[in-house]
This record gives sequence, C-alpha cells and structure tokens, in this order.
Amino acid sequence: MNWVLIALLGVPLAGAAALLAPFRRDTAAGGRLLQTHALAVSGVTFALSVVLAAGFDYGDAARVQFSTDLAWVPGLDLRFHLGVDGISLPLVVLTTLLVFLCSVYLCWGRADGPGQLLRPKTGGNRPRALVFTLLVLEVGMIGTFLALDLLLFFVFFEVVLIPMYFVIAVWGGHARRAAAIKFILYTLLGSVVLLLGLLLIWAQTGTLDMIALARAHGTGMSSSAQVLAFIAVGIGLAVKTPMWPLHTWLPAAHTEAPTVGSVLLAGVLLKMGTYGFARIAIPVLPDGAAAMAPWLGAFAVIGIIYGSLACLAQRDLKRMIAYSSIGHMGFVLLGFATLTPVGVNGALFGNIAHGLITALLFFIAGAIKDRYGTTDMPSLGGGMLSRLPHLGSLLTFAAVASLGMPGLAGFWGEMLALLGAYGPAAGLSRPLYLTFMALGGLGTVLTAAYFLLMLSRVTHGRSVETVHAPVLAAVGGGGGGRRPGTVLRVGIARVRDVTGYELAAWVPLIALILLLGLWPKTLLLVTGPVVRTLLGAP
Amino acid sequence: MIQSIDYYAVAPLLVLVLTAGAVLLLDAFLPRRPYARPLLGAVTLTGVLGALGVVAAQAVRDGDPMRTFCVPAGLPGPARAGIGALDVGTLGSGPGGPGGAASALCSFVVDDFTLVFAGLALAAGVVVVLLSMAELSAGDVPVGEWYFLLLCTLVGAVALPASRDLVMLVVALELVSLPVFALTALRRYDGRSSEAAVKLFLVSVVSTAVMLFGVSLLYGMTGTVYLDRLAQVLRGPVAEPMAISGPDAYASVLQITYDLPPVLIVAMVLVIAGFGFKVAAVPFHAWAGDVYQGAPIPVAALLSVISKAAGFAGLILILVAALRGQIAVWAPLVAIIAALTMTVGNLLALRQRHAVRLLAWSSVAQSGYILAPLGVRDDEAVSASIAYLVFYAAMNLGAFAVVMLVSRRGARGGLDDYRGLAFRNPAAGLALAFFLICLAGLPPGLAGLFAKVVVFRELVDGGGAWLALVMAANTVVGLYYYVAWAARIFTPVPVTEGAGAPATAGGAPAGAGVPSAVGEVPAGADVTSAVAGRTGGGRAGWVPVGVAIVLAGVVAVVFSIAPQVVLDLLPEGLIASG
Repeated sequence: MNWVLIALLGVPLAGAAALLAPFRRDTAAGGRLLQTHALAVSGVTFALSVVLAAGFDYGDAARVQFSTDLAWVPGLDLRFHLGVDGISLPLVVLTTLLVFLCSVYLCWGRADGPGQLLRPKTGGNRPRALVFTLLVLEVGMIGTFLALDLLLFFVFFEVVLIPMYFVIAVWGGHARRAAAIKFILYTLLGSVVLLLGLLLIWAQTGTLDMIALARAHGTGMSSSAQVLAFIAVGIGLAVKTPMWPLHTWLPAAHTEAPTVGSVLLAGVLLKMGTYGFARIAIPVLPDGAAAMAPWLGAFAVIGIIYGSLACLAQRDLKRMIAYSSIGHMGFVLLGFATLTPVGVNGALFGNIAHGLITALLFFIAGAIKDRYGTTDMPSLGGGMLSRLPHLGSLLTFAAVASLGMPGLAGFWGEMLALLGAYGPAAGLSRPLYLTFMALGGLGTVLTAAYFLLMLSRVTHGRSVETVHAPVLAAVGGGGGGRRPGTVLRVGIARVRDVTGYELAAWVPLIALILLLGLWPKTLLLVTGPVVRTLLGAP
Repeated sequence: MIQSIDYYAVAPLLVLVLTAGAVLLLDAFLPRRPYARPLLGAVTLTGVLGALGVVAAQAVRDGDPMRTFCVPAGLPGPARAGIGALDVGTLGSGPGGPGGAASALCSFVVDDFTLVFAGLALAAGVVVVLLSMAELSAGDVPVGEWYFLLLCTLVGAVALPASRDLVMLVVALELVSLPVFALTALRRYDGRSSEAAVKLFLVSVVSTAVMLFGVSLLYGMTGTVYLDRLAQVLRGPVAEPMAISGPDAYASVLQITYDLPPVLIVAMVLVIAGFGFKVAAVPFHAWAGDVYQGAPIPVAALLSVISKAAGFAGLILILVAALRGQIAVWAPLVAIIAALTMTVGNLLALRQRHAVRLLAWSSVAQSGYILAPLGVRDDEAVSASIAYLVFYAAMNLGAFAVVMLVSRRGARGGLDDYRGLAFRNPAAGLALAFFLICLAGLPPGLAGLFAKVVVFRELVDGGGAWLALVMAANTVVGLYYYVAWAARIFTPVPVTEGAGAPATAGGAPAGAGVPSAVGEVPAGADVTSAVAGRTGGGRAGWVPVGVAIVLAGVVAVVFSIAPQVVLDLLPEGLIASG
C-alpha cells in the first residue's frame, strides 16, 4: 500500500465528488470558488506526480516501484494493483501536467477569455460540470497508466469514455453530437475487442497480473493463442491510438472538441493506446507480437503516409492537426513494430513528445479560433505574423517542433523509430523494414511539407481585412456573445495577441519541448531499462 | 403414504400466501377510507419483507440443502419405459445418484440456487410493491386485487427455483404468469392495457402449451417427472433403438446422424421454445414491446425482472439439472438463440422513442446476454448467467423506478420527456443516468461492466468465441441508445427563445447538424404543459418511488464498488439434486 499512488487517484476523485455537493451557482463568488477548486485539485495532483517523480529510484527504473496490491474482486481475479516504472512514470507526469495546464488555461486571471469555458454565461455553460468531467477524466487517465492488473487496466481504460463523450457533446463545436457519438462508439468497439483479448490471455495463463505475465514472456500460451490475443488486444489499442484504418473517429472528435478536450484527447488519451502496446501487447505476447509486427509496421507506415497526404488536403487547422496526429502515431507504432529496444524507446519518446507538441498545437489552434471565430485556413487569410506576432511565432515554433526539427522534441522519436526499422529484431524481414524506413522517411518529408504549407498560408503573406466574428475583440466590451455567421470588418488593433492565461498554460510545454529536444537522455534513461526488460533483451 | 413436510423450507411461501389472504380479507372488510390504500400496500410490503427475511435466514444457515415433498426411491411408481432403450428401472439403479442422494426423490429443494433466485424475486418484489403504491395512489385501480395478484406472482417466483420435478415446475411457472395478465388488465379504462393483457395472455398460453408438450414428451420417454431421475436416464448420448437392433448399413448411418432418439430433440426444442417465450428470447420476443408499453409501469418492471428471472430459473433447472447429459445438443441451440436475442433486441431498441418500449427491447437484448453463458459447454456457465441476472435486476429496476417517477409528471412517456431531467430533478436525473450507464456496461456503472466481464469471461473460457464477438458488437449497439438517452437527461429543454436559446450554443447550426433537434422544440413545450396537467396525482405517490430509486441506486452502487457481493452469492457447484 503506497499513499502516493492512492492519492494520485484519490485527490481528483475527491475533488470531483466535492463538486457534487450543492452550493449556490451562477454567482461571482461561486465562480471564483470553482476556479480555485479546479486549480487546487489539479495542482495538488500535479504536485503529487512531481513527488512521485522525485521519489522514483532512477537507478532501478525497470523495477515496479510504489507498488500497491489489494484484492478487489476475488471472483474475477481482479486486484487493485498499482505501480510505476520507467515507462509509466513519464506518462503519469504528462497527464497531471496537461490537466493542470488545462485548468490554468480555464482559470487564469479573470477567467473571462473566450476559450475559458468556466466564465459565467447566460444560459449557463455549466462550469461545474466541466470541472467535474475533467477531474473524472484525469482519474481514468492516471489509473490506466498505473494499473498493473489487466482487468483494472481495462476498467480505467473505460473510465475516460463517458467524460470525454460529454466534453465533446456538451462543450464542442457545431457538429458535436455526431462527433461525440462516433468517438464513443468507435472507442467502445475497440474496448470490447480489447477485453476479449485480455480475457483470452487470462483464460490461457490463469493470471491477470501484468508483472507476472511480462516476466513469463508468453510461456504458458500457445503461439496461435498469442497471435489471436495480440490481434484482439492490438485492435482494441489501435482504435485508441489510432492506427490507420481505424482512425476515422479522430478528426471529427478533435475538430469538434473544445480546446481543453482536444488537448487532453491528443495529449493523453491517444497515449493510452500506445502505452498498452508497450505494457501488454508486446511483453506479454512476444510470439504474437513477432508474428504480427510486420502487419503493425505496414499499417503504421500507411498511417504515416496517409496522415501526411490527408494533412496536405485539409482546409481546417484543427482537422489538419488531428490528421498530423495520425501520422505521428504511425511513427510510434512503427517503433513498436521493430521490436528492438531502439525502436520501442523511440516510440515511447515520440509518445511523450507528441503529447507535448500536439497539446501546444491544439492550444494555439483554439486561441486562433477564439480570435478569428474559425480555423478554416483560407478564411484565416494569412499574415498572422504581422497581425498577431506572438501567436504567429508560437504557431511557427509548435509546427516546426511537430515536423521533427532536430533540437526539438519531435525529432528524436521519429529518428529512433526509423533507426529501429533499419535494424529490426531477429526474425523480422529486414528488407521489409528497410522499405518501411524509406516510406517513413518519405513521411517525414511530407510532414515538413504540410506544416510549412500551413505556415505559409496562415502566418506569412498579407493579412486580409475580413475577419469572422472576432470573439476576443468583443471581450473588452464585456458582451461576450458569439454571433456566428456575422462578418465584421475590424481593425488589426482590436484583436488581442497572446494573453496571460494562454501564456501561463503554454510556457511549460514550450520549455519541456526544448528540454527533451536538447537533452533527450532525460527521458531515454528512464524508459531504456524497462524496455530492455520488457523485450527480454539482455 | 404420508409425506412429512419441512415447514421451514416452505416458510417464505407460507408468509407470502398468508399475506395474500390477509390482503384480500382486509380489502373486503376495511372501510373505504383514504388510509386503506396505503395500509394494504404496507401490509403487502411487510409480507414481502418478511418472506425476504426468512430467505435470508435460510441462506445464513449452514448444512445440507433442505428437501421436502419427497417420495422414497423404492416406491412402486409408474415405472413403465417409454422407449425400449430407456428403461428407467435399470438406469435408475445405476451408480448415478450423486452422493447417494438417490435414496429419495424430492419435489422441493432449498439450496443456494433456490435462495439466490428467491431472494432476487423478493427483493425485486419490494421495489415493485413500492412502485405499485405510487401507481395505486391515483385511485382508479382496485387495490386489494392488485396486491393479491402481485403476491401470487411472487409465490410462484419463489416456488419455481425450488421445484425439482416437471409438474411443480410448470405449476409454479403458471403461478408466475397467470396473475400478471390480470395485473396488466386491471387498468380497465385503458385500451392499451387491455390490448397488452390479451397479447400477454395469448402468448403465455401458447408458450405454456408448447412447453407442456415438450414436458410430456420428456415424461413419456423416461417415465419420470423428477429432474434428478431425468438426468440419470438421459445421462449420455442415448443410442437410437434401431441402431442397436441390427448392424446393417442403414442403421449405422442413423447412429451417426442421431445419437439419441429424435423425439428427445423435439422435446428439448419445445421446452426451450416454451421458456423462450417467457424470457422474451428471439424468435419468441414479439410480444415484449406492446405488452411492456401497455402494462402499468410496475407490471412492466415485474415482467422484466421477476417474470424473467423465473423463466431463467426454470430454463436453467430443466437444461442443467435435467438435461445436462445432452448439453452437446442444446448448448448450440441456446447459443444461437442468445446471439439472435441480443442482436434483434438491440436493433429494435435503437429506433424507439418511447421510454418503456426502449426498456422493453433493451431487456430483450439483456436476455440474450443472460442466455449466452448457457450456450457454452461448461458446467460453471450457469453462475455467470445468474450473476448477470442479479446485476441486471438492480439496474433495470432502478431505471423503471425513475421512468415511473417521470411518467407521473408527463403522460406521454416519450424519450423527450427526459430532456433536462438533470436540471429539473438532479437526483432522479443522475440516478437514471447511472442506471442507464450501468445497463450499457461502462464506468462509472461498474456493475454493468463487471456483469459483462463475467459473461465474456465465461464465453472466452468455454470456447464460445464467436458468441463473444457477437456480444461485443451488441454491447456497442446497446451503448448507442443508452448513452443517447443519458445525454438527453443533461440536455437543457429549449423552453422559449431568449434565456434558453444560448444554451444550445449556436442553435441554428446545431439544429442543422441534427435534424431531429428542430422537431424536438415543440415537443419540449408540450412536455411542460403535460407536466402542469398531470400534477393532480398528488405528492403522496412520490415517496415510495423515491424510496425505490434510492434502494435500487444503493444496491447498484454497492454492486459497482464491491461486485464480489454478487459473486459470493452464486451457488457453488451444481444444483442440488431433488
């Protein structure tokens, strides 16, 4: 029993439960209290994860630390088994950080910016429900990364579905209902298939303990059963990741979700899928992984190329970032598919880097939407660097980080994944993986192409005077009402550049992107030992 | 011969029967005063709780299962053999009696299996009585008859799982079914109710006839009505009589094709079909929608939980206790029915706009999930079915209780009545959302999730992979309508333009995205007027419904946090022999 992990789950849960207590709403004091509450709870959770990171024994990162193991449902062999090791620790910290930054984004300052959904609004935008949903979401995300029992993992994996559904369906854009339903149906379909795979593992080995299963390295399971289980588990995780043919829920969900929803979706939820590959699919089912790795690699490479080409065709900025996620997750999957320590390390690195960079991109896209009322690139016009120099430069920075510029975080994941593909694990066809590598390399070029194209369309050039419903401009007037469809002619001066609350939420991300880009060893040293253990390599 | 009766074993039945008699007497002799209605309800509730207490006392007591209504094995009975190969006399004396219990044949056995089902029926009975109090407070339904019939149904539901012979099984099942027709029809002024009652009556009578035919074939073949003896006789693949007679080519072909007399297969199919009607399994499901919608809501709740549990108890008793030797024959059949049931039920539920109808079809789908483990050739599959049934009962009763509450305010019962429920009545809204999410099987409704995990586990473990895949797809379909309903609860009602309009954040484009949203605006206005019109029922009916919701809610939350409670209840090993 370890208090840190329990508290990591307990604090957001208690924070959410406290919101159920009745108190007077729609008052200024109530709103203030709610903001403080959100900041405090997510801040304490983040602080706990920092405590966890500080107390972690980095010399022995492969060992599961802070372990807590309690019986929950003996009839199902379900144990409340939590712990962290080198691959879950960075993800836990990333999760708490992003939730905290989302709270900062929502609550900073007077909290009346257009992206700040907690501000009181006529008709109510239900700020309390939003904070409640985000905190429950946080419980599910942290729990997924901490769980060391297959069924417990599954339970937490499912916990995020309903809150995310409501985040999209209630606070989303115009087509939010359809997007939310698509999201939940798709991911649930993946989840049930995942459950079948997990139960198959359980039926074959008789245990749900991930540590024991990883240590056994597939002994006790026949090869064919492993392949079957890998397919089921893999499909379940691939929907979440998302992998190429199963990705179609992602663009709609991302486009419609509010900024904080997109940030958490891209920053953390997608990682739950890839984390599952590293934690369950590959170590527990080595034979299955070896048999299916070429397929995984092929789908990953198709995803990279497909995502990049789709990005080139997008007009909507948020949609483009969503498709770019498919490409980036393709690199992550390619890294896993190599089954080598280098590749898997690259995948895990790319995972974290993608979480940071795409979160930043979605934050900025949300800010653009708040200012221009649209993220449609032709309508944005261009010339952002001259009109909103700070926002324009931040967009440039995030885009350059995302396309994999050396020196920024995005580079290492892709480079290591491609390097892994150059020398795949024994038993895998090298020519095939060389092809994958070549195609992946082509993908990096295409990625650079669409990001640069986007920048040239949006940040460069001359700004157009027509601006669609500049919401932020109206904030100073105190009205805050959004008038969709109205096209206003406004002067450049009336649109505000980056505001305090935005900067507060973005600076930590920028710093981390620089840190990981310039000093990748910080992360690789943590994940490296675990990856070697999980792959059974010496 | 004089039978000795173990009165403790039948005590729950006696309590219920005596209460039923008391209710009739009180109804006849009490003055027609306002307090008479709640008083009769209270008496009924006390009776059901008393029976539940006795069941609980029986459950905590250790020791062998209680048996009563026994005949000694040596009793000269009608030991005539139906078919030459199935001679009861020789087979009965074989070493088949488990644990030497073959010494006596008993019709009434109280074991873990019995207690789980009896407890389930009585606990559900408590909720149904509470809902009835609200239903009857309006004052246009005869009270005494209602409670009497309700108690009779409960007697049947408690007696059925204890039955260990075919005759008692059929009688108990009829005791469950017959009062329900009358209960459905008691709202005499309502055309829908009468239609529902007639439909239910016809379907039920037909299913009874079909089942009786199957039962009589079983009896005719084996010469015994005791499930235990049936199991001994039909222990293994029974050889076709012709195949034994001569080793010619024709017979050997027959032997390969029919390992047992075809008449046994016919009997099994008929029995399964009969019970299929009772549990509304596809293709015997068509009555569910109209009957649930037409019946008063407490009766619909009763049909969906008590009546269904009784049907499953009977099905499990016949299939597992009597026909377990023939599992290779009936398991695939049950598996196919289960797959069809969940698929058709879910597809029908998808398009419903009426709350009770949606629950009707969704409970058909849930029947499929309950049936699924029985389709696996595995002895322990039964406990997965029972576990699912217990979880399902709590969730479904809760949903019905909230529907009852809402239907008191808006008469139409459409799903649009639930728009904004979370704002009008946060407790009821949250409770309904929780029950629906439970039924869908997602966190935070962990009860439903664990129920599904139990079933999935049994399917994967027992080799029913294709059935597991069908069920997986169905879970997703089911999620769609449950979540769509749950989302409605949290959608504000667009009452008037002005204050309400911004709530739908850019109303016009949102409406364009979801075409139905435009049509729902007048519906919302309609609801408010309906609410205003129907508040005449008084607040008296609220309290029992509230208690019912709280009860179901607490149980569902406990099941979510500690599902082990249910798993501990399950009978260990097989059903005790009679």
